[in-house]
Amino acid sequence: MTESVLSTLSLIILFLPLLGFTVVILLGKRFPKLYLFEVAILTIAFILSVVVMYSKLAYYLNSDIISSFNWITIGAAPLAGVINIELGIKIDNVTVIMLFVVNLISMLVHIFSIEYMHGDQRYTRYFANLGLFTFSMLGIVLTHNLLMMYIFWELVGLSSYLLIGHWYEKKSAADAAKKAFIVNRIGDIGMFIGILILFTHYKTFTFDTIFAQISQGNIPFNSEAWLTAAGILVFMGAVGKSAQFPLHVWLPDAMEGPTPVSALIHAATMVAAGVYLVTRIFVMLTADAMLVIAVVGAFTSLVAATIALTQNDIKKVLAYSTVSQLGYMIMSLGVGAYVFAFFHLVTHAFFKACLFLGAGSVIHAMHHEQDIRNMGGLRKKLPLTYATFLISTIAISGIPLTSGFLSKDGILAGTLAFGKLTGHWLIPIMGFTVAAMTAFYMFRLVIMTFHGEPRDHHKYDHAHESPWVMVGPLVVLAALSIFIWYTPNPLSPDAGWFMKEWVKTPSTVVPESSRFEFMQSASHETEVHGEVVHSPLYTETMHWAHYPAMGMSILLAGLGILFAFLFYQWKKINADNLATKIKPLYNFSLNKWYLDEAYDATAISGTLNFSKILSWFDNKIVDGAVNGAAWLGRFISSLSGLFDTFVVDGLVNFTAFFSGFIGLAFRKLQTGKVQTYIVFVVFAVIILLLFFKPF
Amino acid sequence: MAQVGLTHFLVVSSILFSLGIYGIITRKNAVMVLMGIELILNSANINFVAFSKYGNLGINGQIVALFVIVLAAAEAAIALAIVLNIYKTYANVNVDEIDHLKD
Amino acid sequence: MMGFPILTLITFLPVLGMIIILFLKKEQGNTIKYTTLAITAIQVVLAIILLTNYNYSAAGVYEERSFQFIEKFRWIEIGGISWLGTVKIDYFLGVDGLSMPMVLLTALISFIAAISSLNINHSLKGYFALFLLLDTGMMGVFVALDFFLFYIFWELMLLPMYFLIGIWGGPRKEYAAIKFFIYTLFGSIFILLVMIGLYFSATETLADGTKVFTFDLLQLMNSGNYTADGILSPLNPNNLRFVAYLALFVGFAIKIPMFPFHTWLPDAHVEAPTPISVILAGVLLKMGTYGILRISYPIFPDITRDLMWWIAIFGMVNIIYGAFVALAQKDFKKLIAYSSVSHMGYVLLGMASLTSTGVNGAIFQMFNHGTITAMLFLIVGVVYDRAHTRGLDDFGGLALQMPAYTGFVTVAFFATIGLPSMSGFISEALVFVGAFGVDSIRVITMISALGILLGAGYMLWTLQRIFFGPLNQKWATLKDIDSREYAMFIPLTIIIIFLGVYPSAMLDIMNTSVNTLVNFLHNNFTVSSISGL
Repeated sequence: MTESVLSTLSLIILFLPLLGFTVVILLGKRFPKLYLFEVAILTIAFILSVVVMYSKLAYYLNSDIISSFNWITIGAAPLAGVINIELGIKIDNVTVIMLFVVNLISMLVHIFSIEYMHGDQRYTRYFANLGLFTFSMLGIVLTHNLLMMYIFWELVGLSSYLLIGHWYEKKSAADAAKKAFIVNRIGDIGMFIGILILFTHYKTFTFDTIFAQISQGNIPFNSEAWLTAAGILVFMGAVGKSAQFPLHVWLPDAMEGPTPVSALIHAATMVAAGVYLVTRIFVMLTADAMLVIAVVGAFTSLVAATIALTQNDIKKVLAYSTVSQLGYMIMSLGVGAYVFAFFHLVTHAFFKACLFLGAGSVIHAMHHEQDIRNMGGLRKKLPLTYATFLISTIAISGIPLTSGFLSKDGILAGTLAFGKLTGHWLIPIMGFTVAAMTAFYMFRLVIMTFHGEPRDHHKYDHAHESPWVMVGPLVVLAALSIFIWYTPNPLSPDAGWFMKEWVKTPSTVVPESSRFEFMQSASHETEVHGEVVHSPLYTETMHWAHYPAMGMSILLAGLGILFAFLFYQWKKINADNLATKIKPLYNFSLNKWYLDEAYDATAISGTLNFSKILSWFDNKIVDGAVNGAAWLGRFISSLSGLFDTFVVDGLVNFTAFFSGFIGLAFRKLQTGKVQTYIVFVVFAVIILLLFFKPF
Repeated sequence: MAQVGLTHFLVVSSILFSLGIYGIITRKNAVMVLMGIELILNSANINFVAFSKYGNLGINGQIVALFVIVLAAAEAAIALAIVLNIYKTYANVNVDEIDHLKD
Repeated sequence: MMGFPILTLITFLPVLGMIIILFLKKEQGNTIKYTTLAITAIQVVLAIILLTNYNYSAAGVYEERSFQFIEKFRWIEIGGISWLGTVKIDYFLGVDGLSMPMVLLTALISFIAAISSLNINHSLKGYFALFLLLDTGMMGVFVALDFFLFYIFWELMLLPMYFLIGIWGGPRKEYAAIKFFIYTLFGSIFILLVMIGLYFSATETLADGTKVFTFDLLQLMNSGNYTADGILSPLNPNNLRFVAYLALFVGFAIKIPMFPFHTWLPDAHVEAPTPISVILAGVLLKMGTYGILRISYPIFPDITRDLMWWIAIFGMVNIIYGAFVALAQKDFKKLIAYSSVSHMGYVLLGMASLTSTGVNGAIFQMFNHGTITAMLFLIVGVVYDRAHTRGLDDFGGLALQMPAYTGFVTVAFFATIGLPSMSGFISEALVFVGAFGVDSIRVITMISALGILLGAGYMLWTLQRIFFGPLNQKWATLKDIDSREYAMFIPLTIIIIFLGVYPSAMLDIMNTSVNTLVNFLHNNFTVSSISGL
């Protein structure tokens, strides 16, 4: 399998879902069965991605495949030099793994949806949009440059808009879709400006070219501050897409979309894109940028975890748990634990997809009931769903023998090492707190949903296990949540092929003065692809952190689970009483830190009011000035009109009037009677005679 | 003053003239107006004849007087014809009321 | 092909059509309609012929021999006026990379507007005759290379526009038509004054060696042609050149329309019938920016360089201000009108950068805005024809009732928002890339980027208010789009997406000229080049 075949296959994988989308959206109305075409296309794409992954990892483990072409040619621009804008793909190990993950989950979601969405009014359109979504995500995965990243980034925004708003006749769904798009846009503007900084300086969007330039000391505008700014601004895109604080508010609302969509968006595609973006720009992040990223990630995971503690909607709990886990990944990247972040991205994709699809199965069985207070005891009715859900929950809680344990443990060890190396201990503290909370709220969810006695008997009686089309994907995903796929040693991820062979921390390119001491770049002479690049100090610290982190995380997760059982299974502690006792805190969590309200009160209503003021200004002042000028013009013209009428024309008229007046006076004389005239003549003669006195 | 001289003729003709003018001015009836005109014409005739006798007009005065008499006859004929037609049309010959040309 | 007067043909073909229509009887409504349609279709074909014969590597801009499809002959010549010498005005047409996209756009939009005009139902003869006259005026503006000729076309298009709005418009049509007319005429006066000032400042050397004053734009771009005492000569120490630039700029800015000269636009748009709104937004607004690029920039490069920061500021104000005001609108058409204001701001910003990327982006944005906004106005027309209201809050749930329509609306809206894979994204991105690259306007560019967010805000909000949510039962009888409307939407959709995926198709046309122009702007009328005269 040559490189060109590999890149061609990747392109086929990329464009297959687009083909599906186009065909289904154009012909879907006429041929309602076309959704099967879309499913088939995703299956083919998945098979191809397995092939691509296998060939890449087997034959080109340490070499990247890049193919690109000139998209826009500005040519030799005056004062700016040659500007050519390239599009292209880069296939490295991270790419092929993501290809596999995205296609697998997308395919499973497609299959799951066949049954879940059955009877929907816009059934074929739904599948078409899934295809568009997958296409956009694959574009992000494959791209080798920032521009294409941004392009597909926005396309993900569009397709998420379409999918979240699938049931647009519901106002809440339409609202949620709009919110998702606009909140994402806020982050995207930052990302766009970041990209502009890089492009302005380097005249290229291509990652590798930019990184090569930076590693040679050529940094934007010769200022490390600009490099930091570029890193943070591009990261803002991830803040939006990966739902990091303070832009995470769109994600829970996005639960208005169909549940399989939630699985797709929140497991493998949209939110993963943000983390993936940060892995792509990881090497150019300065120490300051990384610290910002770490803090944002840690804080996000904490905020989301505290909110998840009290939510009662099965999907909302999962949504906040997603935000929390994404915070983990971002934090992990911020502390330099690149590999674990990506590892967690993959493992999380599987178990979170499983959880969402499991929730979908539950909701399907309960006839669209989502409130866990109305569930309970479902494990007897939905045994398979329960089993897979439980496995995924154990995985997300970080219990040994699961994939989640491996990746989470790595992240926590990374934060611990970071704390030791830099003194930022707050980050590991937040990380461990979240670990305990995660275990607690996830088991709360399991217990409330599946254990105990049914609370809504009517719905319980009608519930039944979902068909295999839905359960099958659950089983596959639950199976992928077991450690064995990643490493032979259930306690040490380092031993696994994933860590050891496939994904390695790339060497940083940032100038020495602005990077963490423990971050090391391969020296120019010895730069070999995939070389281990952390300093010995860092490796040592990671070893030091490994066991304490593991012990603590197991302990905390265990405590979380214990409390969950105490509260909800054995009812040793009355959760409601506790809630009333700490009412303000409880409400703060239940109401999501009042962030939506705060945004409504400030940013949104501020913008709207400002727009109203400006509109008023436009209408009254700007247009008023125009109309005022017109009025003034008319006024002046009416003045001059008056002058014209009364003075200029007045003179003319006066002449006429005067002659008229005279005429009027003499008209009296003109009687038309001969006699009168004769009288005049006689008098005239007499007067003449008297006057001239001829005699 | 026993002899009749030019002055007497002129006085008579003046009186006739004045009467004629008075008639034209005061009478509404077209026929009376015509008669006034005749009076004026005849006062002029008297003058002509008087100046032919006492002045140095000579025979010319007589001739002009004859012309005037002829013209007056013709004029009277035409004028009376017009008056007659006016009477036919308007059933009166009052000059004040026959003012359609004014409009 | 060369030698064949194709530009004259493409420009005056509509006049021919107008004459044909004037000879038709009032009752032959369909013949009139289809004559117009045929004429505009031929125009599109001619534009495509132009494109296939177009030389992508010829620059034009200031150099006569690299202009294409040139037609030039003496039009008016009055010899021997004692104090003036010879007055001469050329009939001088030609295209280069700056005008070619606009010629294509004009042909396309006229054709689409002609399709849209098929449902005009009263005073057909007058409407279509004026429509075609308007077409000639627009096309002429983009191909004229003599200032005098340019001005004639510029004014020529005013009159039909006035009547088209004033007779076939909405309830306040008289107000809108007069406002449009007076406002534009107000701007034209400035242009006229500057034109005359330039005429008396520069001379052209004829073949026989005599020097005569000139209206020839290309001669005016040559700093060597200015007489030392000409009132707008760069050699003249008075500051009149600066004043003239401002006057010319205001003349063009009114047409763009640039804040604070934009208020005629919402009124004109709201009152104009749909096809006229389409032409107004699609082509007329571009004349302002085209005029700046074609006339203000290369004739006054010195002032342009001094004022670029201010142009960028006005671009930013247009973007942000237009977007905010759009956000507050309750009338669909007004909203689109203000979004036009916002999007023309990108053109200004791109032009202000004086970089190849920025100016490329600006011209491309002119084209894209033409197609996208045309589609938006057609969209408003569709819903207004059916529901007879444009209130954003009067609707709801139309997506359920009119799915195909909603599909096109989604395409157009997302194109407006600047979604990648649609043409608007490329041009806006190029504008930002170009403007960001200039140190002095970098901050302005960053603030302008807010427009992207606000654009998404008002467009999506509109989408939601009209199309999503439960169906308002009042509209349960509305019909989805018919074949005439498909015929308008499909070509535009294809162009928008095609240029989004393959922007080089358009960028290559303008690229050589833009590079030449930018180079010219930076290197001519400099202190050294003038003192070296």
